[in-house]
Parts: sequence; C-alpha cells; structure tokens
Amino acid sequence: MKSFWNLNAPIMIAQNYTITVFTENQTGLLMRVVSIFTRRHINVESLTTSKSSIPGIHRFTIVVDVDEEVVKKLVAQLDKQVDVLKAFYYLPDEIVYQELALYKVPTHIFSNSNQVEKMIRSHNARILHIEPDYIVIEKTGHEGETEALLHELEPLGIYEFVRTGRVAIVKPMERLNRYLQSLEESMAE
Amino acid sequence: MKRHQQAWAGAPSLEKPVFKERLSGAEAILRCLLAEGIDTIFGYPGGAIMPVYDALWHYQDQLTHVLPRHEQGAIHAAEGYARVSRRTGVCMATSGPGATNLLTGLGDALLDSTPLVCITGQVSSLLLGSDAFQEVDVINCTLPVTKWNFQITKAEEIPFVFAKAFYVANSGRPGPVVIDVTKDAQLAEFDFFYQRQPYIRSYHPLPKVDPDAISEAAKLINGAERPMILAGHGIQISGGQEVFKAFVEKAGIPWASTLHGLSTLPTDHPLYVGMLGMHGNYGANIKQNECDVLIAIGMRFDDRVTGRLSGYAKQAKVIHIEIDPSEINKNVPAEVAVLADCRMALEQLLPLVHERSHPHWLAGFRHCDQIEYDKVIAKAMSPTPDGQIRMGMVVRELSDQTQGKAIVATDVGQHQMMAARYYAFKGTNQWVSSGGAGTMGYGLPAAFGAKWAKPESTVLAFIGDGGFQMTIQELGLCAQWNVAVKIVLLDNNHLGMVRQWQELFFDRRYSAVELQNPDFVTIAAGFGIPGKTISGPGEISDSVAAMLAHDGPYLLHVRVATEENVFPMVPAGAAVDEIILEP
Repeated sequence: MKSFWNLNAPIMIAQNYTITVFTENQTGLLMRVVSIFTRRHINVESLTTSKSSIPGIHRFTIVVDVDEEVVKKLVAQLDKQVDVLKAFYYLPDEIVYQELALYKVPTHIFSNSNQVEKMIRSHNARILHIEPDYIVIEKTGHEGETEALLHELEPLGIYEFVRTGRVAIVKPMERLNRYLQSLEESMAE
Repeated sequence: MKRHQQAWAGAPSLEKPVFKERLSGAEAILRCLLAEGIDTIFGYPGGAIMPVYDALWHYQDQLTHVLPRHEQGAIHAAEGYARVSRRTGVCMATSGPGATNLLTGLGDALLDSTPLVCITGQVSSLLLGSDAFQEVDVINCTLPVTKWNFQITKAEEIPFVFAKAFYVANSGRPGPVVIDVTKDAQLAEFDFFYQRQPYIRSYHPLPKVDPDAISEAAKLINGAERPMILAGHGIQISGGQEVFKAFVEKAGIPWASTLHGLSTLPTDHPLYVGMLGMHGNYGANIKQNECDVLIAIGMRFDDRVTGRLSGYAKQAKVIHIEIDPSEINKNVPAEVAVLADCRMALEQLLPLVHERSHPHWLAGFRHCDQIEYDKVIAKAMSPTPDGQIRMGMVVRELSDQTQGKAIVATDVGQHQMMAARYYAFKGTNQWVSSGGAGTMGYGLPAAFGAKWAKPESTVLAFIGDGGFQMTIQELGLCAQWNVAVKIVLLDNNHLGMVRQWQELFFDRRYSAVELQNPDFVTIAAGFGIPGKTISGPGEISDSVAAMLAHDGPYLLHVRVATEENVFPMVPAGAAVDEIILEP
C-alpha cells in the first residue's frame, strides 16, 4: 500500500494501530475526530468512546490498518484539533486490549447434546440471559477469539451476533497523566 | 491539579466577586465583540439572527454593520479585512442558507490561515433536528472548514464560547471559527461577565522554541554553501518582517516567497529572488533543486510550490520553521524542525547565524532572472503582434503609478498570477489573495474589506471577467459605502486559466470557457460607480491615472489578448526544475 499523501514515498506496510485520543467532552467532537479519517478515505476498523480516568476528559479508542507514516500524520491532525488534549498511537504489543461479543442462539441447541456447553466452557464464554426460545452468550477476547466462537456456533444456528470496538489500556504508565503533569509544571513556572 | 480543574471546567476562575450585568443573549454577543475590540461586522440578517440585529440597533454608535449583497461577499470582505489588519474579521449570517453561503469563505480562510469569527443564527433549541424553517446542521456542515466551531443553546454559554472563539481564531496558526447560536439563546437573559483569552487546557497555540533545534538550524545555515530561504505567510502573520530582514541580510541568504509570502519585504530587496510555485519565477523554482540547505519559514510545502514531490529538493537539507505541528514532515521531511512562531524563532536564530554572503550563488539567480526576462517578461510587458494589451502591461503600469505602495487584492486565475508576478511591492503586508482554495469571486469583496481596514491606502482589485461575475453584486457594497476600491478588470472574454490548461494539456478543446460578457461599465454605472473600457495599449497610462485620481470606487475595464498564457509554468506532475518558459 502506498502512502496516501506522497505517491512517491517508499512502500510501507500497513499495520494494526490503536489510536487513543483524549478530548474535552463536547458535542460534535465525535464528528470532528471521525472526519480526520474519512477525509483521507481511511476505513476505521473500530471506534469506541468512553470517559477516562480523569474527570471531564473523554477518550476515543480507534483502530485502523495503515502504515506508520499515515498513522503519524493522523495523530498530528488529531492533536491539532482545539478540543483534543492529546492523541497517541500504539502497535498491538504496546497495549492490553479486549473486545466483547454477544451471541443470540436458539435455546433448543442446548437440549440435544452437551456440545454447546463444552463450547462455552472451552471458549471461556458465559451465558448472560435465558428465554424459552433463545439464549444470549457473552464472550470477551480479541477479535480472532470472538470470531472463533462465532464460527463454531454458526452451524448450530445463530439469530444475532454483535461485537464492540476495541478498548485498550496502554502498557506503559498512562502518557496522558504525564502530559497533564507537564502542563501543570509549565503553568507553575 | 485542583487549580486547573476549575479553569478547565470552562468557567473563569474568579477570586473575588465581579460586577455582572443582566443582558439578553443577543446583547451579550455584541458586548463580547466590543470587549474584543471589534468595530465592524460584515453580515446579512435573517429570521434566526434577528434578535442580534435588533440589539445592534442600540449599538450603532460603537459597531458598524456592513451589509453586502450576498453572505459570500460578507465573509470574503471579512477575510480581506483580517488579512490587511491582522485582526480577527467578524461575519454574521442567519441560519440555513445564510450559514451555508459562508462555507466557501470558511474553506478559503482555513486554507489561507485567516482569522475569522462567524456568528450564525440557528432555529430555537426546541426545534433542532426537526427540519424547521431555515434549519441546516451548521455545525456538521462547517466542521471540515473551521478551526473550531460550537453551537450555543444557552445564553449563559455566550461569554466563554466567544472568548474561546476569538482566542482560537487569532492564535497559533489563525483560522476561521463558527459560533451557531440558537434563537432562544439570543432571547434569554442572563448575568453577563466577560473575560478575554481563557485558559483552554487542550489548546496550546504558542509552542516554546526549542533552543536545541535553533542551534542545529544555525549550524546547518552557517555551514551552507548554497542556502535558500522560502518565505511563507507565517512571517507576516507573526509580524516578523523586521527580524526576517535582519536575518536574511546577516546570513546573506537569497530568499524566495510563496504566493502569500509576497510583500514580506519589498520586491526590490537585494536578496529577493522571486516567487515560488507553478507560475513563480524561473530561478526561485529551479534553485530549490540546487541548494544545499533549504530554510522554509512559515510555509507548508503546498503542491503548487513543490511540484512533483519525488523530484523536489532531494539534495537539500531542509530546515522547517512552522507553528503548526501537523505541517512538519507532512509533505517534505525536515532535517531540522523548529516548531515555533516565525518571529520568535527568527529572533533566537538571528544572533547564532554568521555574517556571510553568497555572491556566486546569488549571481546564479540573477542569471536565471535574465533568462526569464528574455524569454518571458519582455514579451509579457509588450503588446501582442496584433496590438492587443497583455495583462502584465496593465499590472506594471499600476505598480509604477502607485509606486508599489498599493494594497493589491486579486481574484483567482491568470490575472492573479500576473499581479503576483509583476506588481513590485514597496512595503509589506500588501497582498490579499485566495491561495489555498483558489476561490473565484474573492477579489472584489476582499478588496472592500482591505480598504475598510486601511482606508488611507490605495487598494487595487485585479479581477478577471469570470471571477468578477461571481460576486459582481458587491459593486453595490462599494457604492453604498463609497469605499474607493480601484477595480482593474482584465477581460479576456474567457475563463483564462482553464483555457490555458486546455490549450497546453487538452489539445485546445476549449470546453465551457468562453463567456458572453455584459457591458461591465454600464453595469458599474448602474450601481453608481464610474468606469471606462480600454483596449489599446496606448490608453493604459492615462486611464490608470484617471482611475487613481478619482475619489471613490472605479472600474477600469481592460480588454486584453484572448489567448495569452501565464509563463513560466511548472506543469502539473512536473518537478520544479522541469519548469517551462515558453510553449
């Protein structure tokens, strides 16, 4: 894949990057963040927003498959937004991350054998909700793991499947805290 | 941490109680403008902004409202005002079509780093999202063309949001801000208190200059044999012209300017080597591929400057002085990046650079100038073989007769490039043009705004016959305020730049470029603006003199050669040293 900005740049390999963006909690900011990606025609693999550990600060977790040159430019553009405190990017080995999937399956697939029960045990999934006609199973894990359970359930019959975007915690101490501390120090100067 | 949290929460941290006034949101908006030192609003009223217009009635002695004939005229006028005064231009429009008519100007201001605060009315907050009359989702529409935008739904939000808007618009890399105010927020009363320049924890527009980067830059400059400076808009935005002059003169470095870097210093500065870019000067273009150190100051390596990136300045070590971190390493990788305000960076760099001169290297530029003169300029300064006027002749005549002291506003196209190439600026901050966006229709209203900001200056508006008809209605604006914009209409009866490309790159298939033009002088007369049409080279001098002598706006309609092309030219996709001087 060639770099989007510079058609003559050396060919770089797309990697799976997790971008975390810390922002003010403000209406309309979601669109501003997303537009950084869409205007470059970059497909967002997943996007999750939540509060952060710091009161009033919101955090976005965005997963994209791009090369490093592109992810650097994306982060620079994100950082530039007035209401963005700081954006960072990580490779998979720099973060601990998780996704959650829900599977709605017919109740009768449990009655014929213990096959489904074994499946749930081996995947470390759990049953969340039971109704006479369907059962909801929950599994957390990486995409490949939730996908694997889906493949095993599919032949037995599945009504619905849904998966969240990635949430990620950074392995090094949270860089935002350090950044905020440095702001505090420079203010005190 | 606690101290910050208070400020971060958005409310001004107040140690002692302050006097607050009970005001309507609409009146509060005007008080915010006054607190920011604003005296002019370029705006157009309508239903959803009417409370503000009603409040304005009571503030007429402090705030002048300028009514254009179209919101696009308002925002380009605000841009022209901001460019010349370096203060924030204020623009106001109603909801729906009023707001969407601002979009082109917002995009233009974002690309050309022009500080604007645009206030748009919005339907009442209870009606938001209901497809109410004249409701458009202005926040989402303006999102990609603003530095920041915000929708106010409660009157209490007005002071902080306006303070933030003015701070954001004209700090760091300037840009446009939109504030969308619902009608109920304009009508509601609240306790008003205004504090300028609030602390915003997520926004740090003025990076500290890194002394290591400065000393590295100085080392590269001092060791350079063939250094070259690219001077961008950032120098004039930062007010760094004087220190820039001291810097180039001490280090003895030839400097070229970008389109918006024009008039950083006078055109006859001994180290000035011309304009960069697709229609820039020959030497300035090719020497970028010969220099050993390239010092880019307050510019962003736009594709119109670099041409094909793979063939751009590969031999050079690049020093990039720039306030916007996202511009560094975006197009051209920097050996040394100085993330800073241009003036501050140059002030620190100046004492570290050695006093030097590069006479041999500079002579190379002058040699190129001679080649360009022989092949391009001599021709551009003389009539066509069949006696028609060439655009450059008109520009040069105006340059001479105004002694290079006029503020030059332009529209977009061939005439713009001719004005950029042939007007010889004697001062600084005299150039008002649409660069990044290339917005046709910009010239006339921007010239109005420029003249409004500097009434003592002569303001020329070079405009083509295509662009003129995009905002021709603003003749009414010039007439109503008797603002003496000198309009130089260079009429080749075509969309000339598109025609030039069709001639050179599309086998002369002149698709949709010929115009059936009206009688422009009659139209101007209808607005109460005098004018004259000329078509012979012998008429230029006297007509220009008459226009400049006239007290008030004036239209000089010049019929120029139909098929003149702008040269030199770096064709799209070519490298800067593949510049062509003639067809």
